[in-house]
Amino acid sequence: MNIVVCLKQVPMVSELPWDSKTGRLKRGQAEGMMNPACKHALEAGLRLKQAQGGRLTVLSMGPPEAQEVLYEALALGADQAVLLCDPRLAGADTLATSYTLARAIQAVTPDFDLALLGCHTTDSETGQVGPQLAEELDLPAAFNVEHLQLAGRTLTVRRVSDGFLETLELDLPALLTITTQEFTPRETPLGGLERAFAQGAVRMLDALAIGADLELVGEKGSAGRMLRVYSPAAQKKGVLLTGAVKKSVQELLERYGDRLGGLIGQDLASEEEGHG
Amino acid sequence: MDKAGRDVWVFGDYRNYFQNRVTLQLLARGRELAAALGGELCVLVLGHELGQWVEEYVAHGADRVLALDHPCLRAYQSETYTRLLVDLALARQPRVILVGATSFGRELAARAAKRLHTGLTADCVELAVNDQGLLVQTAPGFGGNLLAEIVIPRHFPQMATVRPGTFQELPHDYERQAPVEWLPLPAGLKPERVRLLKSERLPPREQALENAPVVVCGGRGMASKKKFRNLQELARLLGGQVAATRPAVYARWSEEGTLVGQAGRQIKPQVLFSFGVSGAIQHTAGISGAPFIVAVNKNPGAVMMQMADVGLVADANQTCLALIRELKKRLRS
Repeated sequence: MNIVVCLKQVPMVSELPWDSKTGRLKRGQAEGMMNPACKHALEAGLRLKQAQGGRLTVLSMGPPEAQEVLYEALALGADQAVLLCDPRLAGADTLATSYTLARAIQAVTPDFDLALLGCHTTDSETGQVGPQLAEELDLPAAFNVEHLQLAGRTLTVRRVSDGFLETLELDLPALLTITTQEFTPRETPLGGLERAFAQGAVRMLDALAIGADLELVGEKGSAGRMLRVYSPAAQKKGVLLTGAVKKSVQELLERYGDRLGGLIGQDLASEEEGHG
Repeated sequence: MDKAGRDVWVFGDYRNYFQNRVTLQLLARGRELAAALGGELCVLVLGHELGQWVEEYVAHGADRVLALDHPCLRAYQSETYTRLLVDLALARQPRVILVGATSFGRELAARAAKRLHTGLTADCVELAVNDQGLLVQTAPGFGGNLLAEIVIPRHFPQMATVRPGTFQELPHDYERQAPVEWLPLPAGLKPERVRLLKSERLPPREQALENAPVVVCGGRGMASKKKFRNLQELARLLGGQVAATRPAVYARWSEEGTLVGQAGRQIKPQVLFSFGVSGAIQHTAGISGAPFIVAVNKNPGAVMMQMADVGLVADANQTCLALIRELKKRLRS
């Protein structure tokens, strides 16, 4: 069985260092990590490979640093890793991204049986690439999959969609997107990462190598145009309490008692009844 | 204007009607957009036994309803629905297509946008028409703490998804009349390649978080599962509910059902306590309805602190414990 898993490196936003003078995030120093849902998709792929035998290819698109997540995937058990790395691919929306990934899959592993993706990424949460890649590859597909079973060439999958628990059946070749509900990722084996790095096994490809039409990739191939970007925050003139914890908490309750009081006072009263 | 038409389409998503008032909310905003474009507001509804929904859409402001009613469309299946939507859009050239960001709507809109080779902006929080007749879509962007205004200048139709609760529905107007076109199922429709073996309706999702007057929300700054549990005690004292951000859910400190934000729930408590939350837009998209926010973070520059009415520059867990102590003390006195 020939499996391809698409992986994305995303910034660890919540661990970004911040500049204490300006209060701004130092975005340039963002640590990258494998997008969580992608990691679960990889785990689903690795389990299938273990059960069925075959070959697992991991594919990513991004700057050279994105190799990190591919090395991680190799250390976890992927057989082959490909990074699409080309400035012409930058600035892609999901329309261009799905086109590019499809060309890459067809160039690198045209005889694949199953394409796996995470259901969404933490840095954009659109969840559009999976469905759009399924269209581009013209494959039967199921999204937000939590459980899967393979019998012969037929997949049976379970997923929750708008308050319905659905059981779906589809034949290979197929595409699935995986949620973070199940397929808890395995730990990276000790020394696995070093071995993967030592082997230098990530293949770098550019847009031409995958036979992509340059009009359809990157910013050029994207339909959306940004007019402006702004921060929705900082509209409020809030109060900052910087003292010792106990003092700040007391100040909060004293100064904003009115604001909090209606709710909290009432609940404290009932709390007293219940526990007093 | 240009080759594209002027009409605004809304996908009539009715499968989970009470959760998805989103169709009616999109009709309310769609009316304004259609008026600005000088076009019609049209609902496309696919499925079986649609009469009740068709009436509802007219009463809520549709200028026209396109209905395709057939037993083979009883189940929501995105391959078939995509084909039908795409063929109709190609034939009738709407300028804008709006789809509710339900699980099914996201799937359908993404597939249809790909087939139509056009842009699709996810989770728009604002939609307007500019003086060039382009849909200006405001949506969370770039994984950071930003909103982006996006247009789709050269591709049509311009497509957007919108989460439930973003816009306000109009009141029913049962006097309203509008033409309804009952369309036949196209000949030669290919069978769905994904076979639906079973579909069970899950018990309605608990709405406790959405209705809570006080929400205590924890993020990565709570630092561990054990410390995160302290929020439960605080929430109990405040008569509130505990919520969580993506990192806290991903670390399994809290259940997926407590996730607040773009991919989770939208809350509107009277007071929101936010502990160790950085304030990524994926989270803050879910708390816009909170009028009073108390944030605790070691980093005074965190977006969440800037959104807060009161920000405490302190360790999240220490502050949670101190608040518990103070509240208990005041309770006894």
